Amino acid sequence: MHNIMTGMDKLLEIEDLRVHFPVRGGVFRRAVGACKAVDGVTLSLEKGQTLGLVGESGCGKSTLAKAVVKLIQPTSGSIKFKKKMVSGGVDEINFRKSVQMVFQDPAESLNSRMTVGSIIGEPLDVHKIGDKSERLNRVEELLEQVGLSKSTVKRYPFEFSGGQRQRIGIARALALNPELLVLDEPVSALDVSVQSQVLNLLMGLQAELQLTYLLIAHDLAVVKHVSDVIAVMYLGKIVEFGPAEELYLNPIHAYTKALISAIPIPDPTVKRKKVVIPGEVPSPINPPAGCAFGSRINAVKYPESVGQDLSFKEVCNGHWVLNCPCCVEE
Amino acid sequence: MNPFLLSCQSGNTRNTWPNKKLYLFNMSSHEQTDSLLKIRDLSVSFTTDEGDVQALDAVEFEVKHGQTLGLVGESGCGKSVTALSVMRLLPQPIGKINGGSIYFGGMDLLKLNPDQIRQIRGNEIGMIFQEPMNALNPVRTIGDQVSESFLLHQDISPREAWEKSIHMLEDVGIPCPENRVFEYPHQLSGGMRQRIVIAIALACKPKLIIADEPTTALDVTVQSQILDLLESLKEKLGSSVLLITHDLGVIAETCDEVCVMYAGRVVERAPTKELFANPVHAYTRGLLASIPRLDGVSKTELSTIDGMVPGLPELNVGCRFAPRSGAEHSEELLLQRPPYHEFTPGHWVEACPVCTTL
Repeated sequence: MHNIMTGMDKLLEIEDLRVHFPVRGGVFRRAVGACKAVDGVTLSLEKGQTLGLVGESGCGKSTLAKAVVKLIQPTSGSIKFKKKMVSGGVDEINFRKSVQMVFQDPAESLNSRMTVGSIIGEPLDVHKIGDKSERLNRVEELLEQVGLSKSTVKRYPFEFSGGQRQRIGIARALALNPELLVLDEPVSALDVSVQSQVLNLLMGLQAELQLTYLLIAHDLAVVKHVSDVIAVMYLGKIVEFGPAEELYLNPIHAYTKALISAIPIPDPTVKRKKVVIPGEVPSPINPPAGCAFGSRINAVKYPESVGQDLSFKEVCNGHWVLNCPCCVEE
Repeated sequence: MNPFLLSCQSGNTRNTWPNKKLYLFNMSSHEQTDSLLKIRDLSVSFTTDEGDVQALDAVEFEVKHGQTLGLVGESGCGKSVTALSVMRLLPQPIGKINGGSIYFGGMDLLKLNPDQIRQIRGNEIGMIFQEPMNALNPVRTIGDQVSESFLLHQDISPREAWEKSIHMLEDVGIPCPENRVFEYPHQLSGGMRQRIVIAIALACKPKLIIADEPTTALDVTVQSQILDLLESLKEKLGSSVLLITHDLGVIAETCDEVCVMYAGRVVERAPTKELFANPVHAYTRGLLASIPRLDGVSKTELSTIDGMVPGLPELNVGCRFAPRSGAEHSEELLLQRPPYHEFTPGHWVEACPVCTTL
């Protein structure tokens, strides 16, 4: 997958990232195994793009997001931001200013004892930007940018609905003029009518502020609507990666096909072809030796993938798929 | 002849009706229909610090034999309250049923005493809850929890109940059920837990299955499995399903008929195909337009419904969608509840003249 990283305007480059959590056991709580939450992910993001990351719960999407914003120290691999490794010092402070995160549950990610003004202004306080009145101006500007009125500065999160709280979360993430926003399931806790409002807001802000998004969601329809490129993740690994439209029209990997076919279509006249996946997602603590998805769907060809170092194959321009004998039909 | 009585006498040898008193109860010749569940004029309110708030305002719909009815709407619109009212499980003492009737096979559930309702609950009507983790008892084994419904409603020994539980788990597609019965809920995945909840709900072969957001907490691939399972079990038992969801995709695929709820009222009710083809109420149209579609054009602005769902205390008597509809409502429309109008046969709309103009 190296070739896809040679483009010029790469904002974020993730190479062979691994995040393994120790599994402790025994009397002395020694590490007896590893939970391979993210296991060799290579991805890159161009400036101004939206990369959608989809996969089932437990596949490592959120862990990857946390590693990108450096909330989790990766076990190995590298994350380059603007072609530079980020390691301590001034670099790290600048990195934290330019990469911000919006969390899933707007009710839990806002401190219920802080006013909206102090929640949104906190990043400014932390980085000691401006004086008190400048900060207040910035907060008011942000509130208007996300479609809330200035007068809400002194109110508390519980006075707002879910959609409005998510707007506050977005305003907080925008406070430091970031370049990259990591959106971890930003709309999955919201109702449909509100969900579309927040998605419109995100798309509008991206065009206005030239933001780059790493969007994590489990709803493929949402991801496809707002993303330029989509990466499909399964059990800690990327299995397919490509332009949104191309990936949807021409899915190659069996998992992508199953994922697309599982989405109910809001049209009773259409009968979708269901691909039923037998079994469940294997545990990342003891993943199958070969292709993790192959062990679920293709018992005949599965032994072929054991011990093989699976590589990516380019299907057509920018559309890559993990070339596994059991999941990709020739 | 009362259809409910008929179904009790014929077939169904498994289940001798446990409470004979029920036969004598409410034998008034209620109009004979093909509906299993018929809700008429149901109003529910909750007592809060700010006074009584109305959660349901004259809700009416019916679930026909062998059919699936979908209740769709945003959070807070009263979907779950409707389900809980049918089960008579409204939180006490704050939840009050103020009026209306819930006919289940010709018998008004609201007139039964607690003993009688317990015979219905879990036996004639099974309920599948949203959060499988919260619906299961974490400190009791799976086998214990499934056999509980058999022991409560059938005159069988614990050993037989245990055997039946294993069969039931097999029916809902749990691998090696004879080992799983000894496990605890935390040892299972979300999808497997939901299967257990379904097994418990369907243990006594209920005539009506109420599924309250059965797949909301699950991944799409698992959702697809669970919906298929529900469909096949429904066919097998010949039951009817009342499916509550906010996902119009799920509705389109599984339901025969749909009720769209908004702020405690049913604003539109129609056969699924009809509703998706000709949505009449502005809310239904807004809801359908605001979902991102896989085959839609990416990166375009999604259509939205302005504002948000109103809080229960601030509801008006007239058209409740007025503040969000974006169209001017006259004083009169805000003060008087719009009447129901049958748009085409079986397609009912709360006919606010402003919100239903096409």
